Amino acid sequence: MLIETAVRQLRESVGEQFFRTDQEALIAHSYDGTPMLQALPDGVIYPGSTEQVSEIMQIASSHRIPVITRGSGSNLCGGTVPLQGGIVMVMHRMNKIIEVDMENLTAAVQPGVITGQFITHVEELGLFYPPDPSSMKISTIGGNIAECSGGLRGLKYGTTKDYVLGLTAVLADGSVLRTGGKLTKDVAGYDLTKLLVGSEGTLAIITEAVLKLIPQPKTKKTMVAMYKDIYGAARTVSKIIKNQIIPATLEILDNPTIRVVDDFAKIGLPLDMAAILIIEQDGEPEVVERDIEQIQLICREEQADRIEVAADRKEAEKLLTARRSAFTALARLRPTTILEDATVPRSKIADMILRTNAIAKKYNVNIATFGHAGDGNLHPTATTDARDHEEVHRVEAAFAEIFAAAIELGGTITGEHGVGVVKAPYLEWKVGEAGVEVMRGIKSAFDPLNILNPDKMFAKETKKRVVMQRG
Amino acid sequence: MRCGFCLPACPTFSETGVEPASPRGRIALMKAAVDGLMVPDQQFQDQMNLCLGCRACEPACPADVKYGQLIEQTKEAMEEHATHSLPVKAIRRMVFKHIFPKHGRLKLLGGALSLYQKSAVKKAVQSTGVMKLLPKQLSEIEAILPAASSKGVVERLGTFFPAKGEPLARVALFRGCIMDIIFADTNVNTVELLSAAGFEVYIPEGQVCCGALYAHSGEMGDARKLAAVNIDTFKQLNVDYIVSNAGGCGALLVEYDHLMQEDFKYRDSAKWFASRVIDVSTLVVEKGRIPNFAQPESSVQAGKIKVTYQDSCHLRNVMKGSDAPRILMKQIANAEFVEMSEADRCCGSAGIYNIVQPEMAGFILEHKMEHANKTQASYMLTSNPGCLLQMKAGIGKHPPDHPMRAMHIVDFLHERMAGSE
Ligand SMILES: Cc1cc2nc3c(=O)[nH]c(=O)nc-3n(C[C@H](O)[C@H](O)[C@H](O)COP(=O)(O)OP(=O)(O)OC[C@H]3O[C@@H](n4cnc5c(N)ncnc54)[C@H](O)[C@@H]3O)c2cc1C
Ligand code: SF4
Ligand code: SF4
Repeated sequence: MLIETAVRQLRESVGEQFFRTDQEALIAHSYDGTPMLQALPDGVIYPGSTEQVSEIMQIASSHRIPVITRGSGSNLCGGTVPLQGGIVMVMHRMNKIIEVDMENLTAAVQPGVITGQFITHVEELGLFYPPDPSSMKISTIGGNIAECSGGLRGLKYGTTKDYVLGLTAVLADGSVLRTGGKLTKDVAGYDLTKLLVGSEGTLAIITEAVLKLIPQPKTKKTMVAMYKDIYGAARTVSKIIKNQIIPATLEILDNPTIRVVDDFAKIGLPLDMAAILIIEQDGEPEVVERDIEQIQLICREEQADRIEVAADRKEAEKLLTARRSAFTALARLRPTTILEDATVPRSKIADMILRTNAIAKKYNVNIATFGHAGDGNLHPTATTDARDHEEVHRVEAAFAEIFAAAIELGGTITGEHGVGVVKAPYLEWKVGEAGVEVMRGIKSAFDPLNILNPDKMFAKETKKRVVMQRG
Repeated sequence: MRCGFCLPACPTFSETGVEPASPRGRIALMKAAVDGLMVPDQQFQDQMNLCLGCRACEPACPADVKYGQLIEQTKEAMEEHATHSLPVKAIRRMVFKHIFPKHGRLKLLGGALSLYQKSAVKKAVQSTGVMKLLPKQLSEIEAILPAASSKGVVERLGTFFPAKGEPLARVALFRGCIMDIIFADTNVNTVELLSAAGFEVYIPEGQVCCGALYAHSGEMGDARKLAAVNIDTFKQLNVDYIVSNAGGCGALLVEYDHLMQEDFKYRDSAKWFASRVIDVSTLVVEKGRIPNFAQPESSVQAGKIKVTYQDSCHLRNVMKGSDAPRILMKQIANAEFVEMSEADRCCGSAGIYNIVQPEMAGFILEHKMEHANKTQASYMLTSNPGCLLQMKAGIGKHPPDHPMRAMHIVDFLHERMAGSE
């Protein structure tokens, strides 16, 4: 519960209507995209400017109120669930594209801008902002930065971190920090910009960002290759890169996913295939032609059973449908869908998929895998039913083993969804004890009172996965 | 699932920007109410009532969450413990209990309305300002209502109309209640269009209101009673298709199987019924011989006339019939179809939403007209009487900078069909 004075001060800082403590507001901010997690905040606040955020943080730190920053709440790691109560700070009102600088090819935006709208805006100006999380229709730039989101174009173009040049952020005590700027080169001190990217709202609140834009690629070409042997698909991925071709998109779907997708989208995928690869290249027309030719050659060498190249954009869209509908198709199977994100070096993709399938079998749960083959970022996705506690337990156990397998293969516990509360118990597996200690030190340098998104990133104990039943 | 993909599709979320006014938020509130985590207080009910029921959230949802059914059940539960504010209560009583259930009564009203409209009384009433005493929204609606008629489609055409040329299928027209009174011409035109496209058209007299307005307000019992009558009536005819020309009605008709799923007696025939329901445009495009459409001689202008289209939410999101009207509009010689941006967004009409939620409906309409204006179209076509009235109101309230007329797509096509003969 918030004390009276805090409530009064918060109301004064943003105005009556932008601070709410009614049950409707509390319930609607007690969850995010993560299945099976829910906790009620004590209040919900909608700041309109950096100054207001700063004022709110001064009030919050003087009363030691936890603050959970929220974009659209589309994250899948429990990142915005207010585990200790406190106030959820919704960034939706700060949604302006402040400028697009055509000379420096940068954009300045507020954190509440919806990613998809931002992308459309810059594309209309003939520019390109590559990070494209599949949730871009709904996610915010602030959320993308805080999670360091990636997407289908990560292999060639990198992820959010490669496009953030500067930030304005409010620290826990309300002071305003500015990092970076429109500069390409800047080595004055530690790189605080990069540190804040991916910090999941635990270090500071991002209130403005300067983003890098690049010229739009001239053309695009899309193709699909289907394999009876999953190692053939995996070798194709490695060989493409070894031949120094970096496709814009290089996605993989495993057999369980192919079955579900075809059943849903009826696009005539062969059900006996072990895996399919969806490949897209963009750039100068001659280069695109040449690369796609060469990729086809490699696919054939690796015994691809069938290869299809889209003749035009319309056909390309049809091919991409398979990848896009993977999540949708899986989500319709059972009431609860748990979309995870384990990442391995791309040479280990086939091993990882096969191990995932074996683990799913061992625990008798349904897990299908698809993901970004080019960068090794896989999404093993379980379809289950949250009401069946016993089964959910088995799913949890299976995922623990999947993460362990990823680490064993030289990978990591999350490639783009973040740590939040869901992966917190596994963080140490990846970064080691020393890593966690350094991170804790950084956390307390930024937020000594531990009021910024508490309980995220750092688990009370390692390994055991936290699941709160009430979602 | 709480991915939030439904948020950008939702008009009340776009207008307010707050989570509780989104589908994901509303579902969370419903769930909290069911779980006992919150009491369904006035605020809860207001939030549920703010939902347009446009169901744009459904196609946007990757997990196929049946939002429409959730909100229907919630409203049904709310209705059981309802305490409405006075004007709403009065409107509802009038609309639900006394007008819609019986077609006869409706016709009477149509007659009375047309008398009223024609008579000098109307002028007198309007000049004395009695209309101003009525809730503002009602008087606005009164102003845009077309001439009502006591002669419905059956009175004008009888109960059967043959196909032109070799018959392709037997179809039955669902004439609707409002449609048949204030848009009886559209019903007549629908029959003639169907006939020209090669269908034998039956118009069963025993049919009643589809029940949508009841269902959307949580009065499920009444909705089921009406459905039973309609199912019995159409079942006797053994037709291939049941044609709707109003998206709002059609959407409930295609879901009669869901509505009646607990009724053992009607379950199978409800499935029979639901599987045959189709929108007039979809039927003509997919199963008919598309007639030639050209501009009527009288209004030939230099160059093409521009036509745009406002989707009926229920036709689009529930009946999945958003392609066919566009295909038809592109068939018209001398006309150019211009897509209006956000045509797939609810216009704010949504049953009696514009009466009970005037403020939100007003915001939505204002945005809609901004987009309409940008198309520079001279015709705004729709597929649902509610949307048609709303677009007429919109043109009146926020006049585009060029002449624009709202019309039902069937009327528009019919006019061109006659012109081509
Ligand atoms: C179906 C689906 C598909 C997805 N696909 C992808 C994908 O392809 N790639 C990917 O990377 N992710 C994906 N995600 C995960 C998610 O969409 C991303 O993590 C996204 O960046 C979250 O954005 P958001 O605005 O919803 O942020 P939220 O979920 O609201 O917040 C995410 C985190 O950021 C913090 N935060 C938000 N705003 C700020 C701010 N202004 N300052 C500081 N901290 C802040 C929050 O505290 C929280 O820790 C997907 C999610 C779903 C449901
Ligand atoms: S039915 Fe329409 S208004 Fe209601 S929640 Fe869905 S999209 Fe929003
Ligand atoms: S209703 Fe569908 S789209 Fe909306 S949050 Fe739930 S799963 Fe996502």
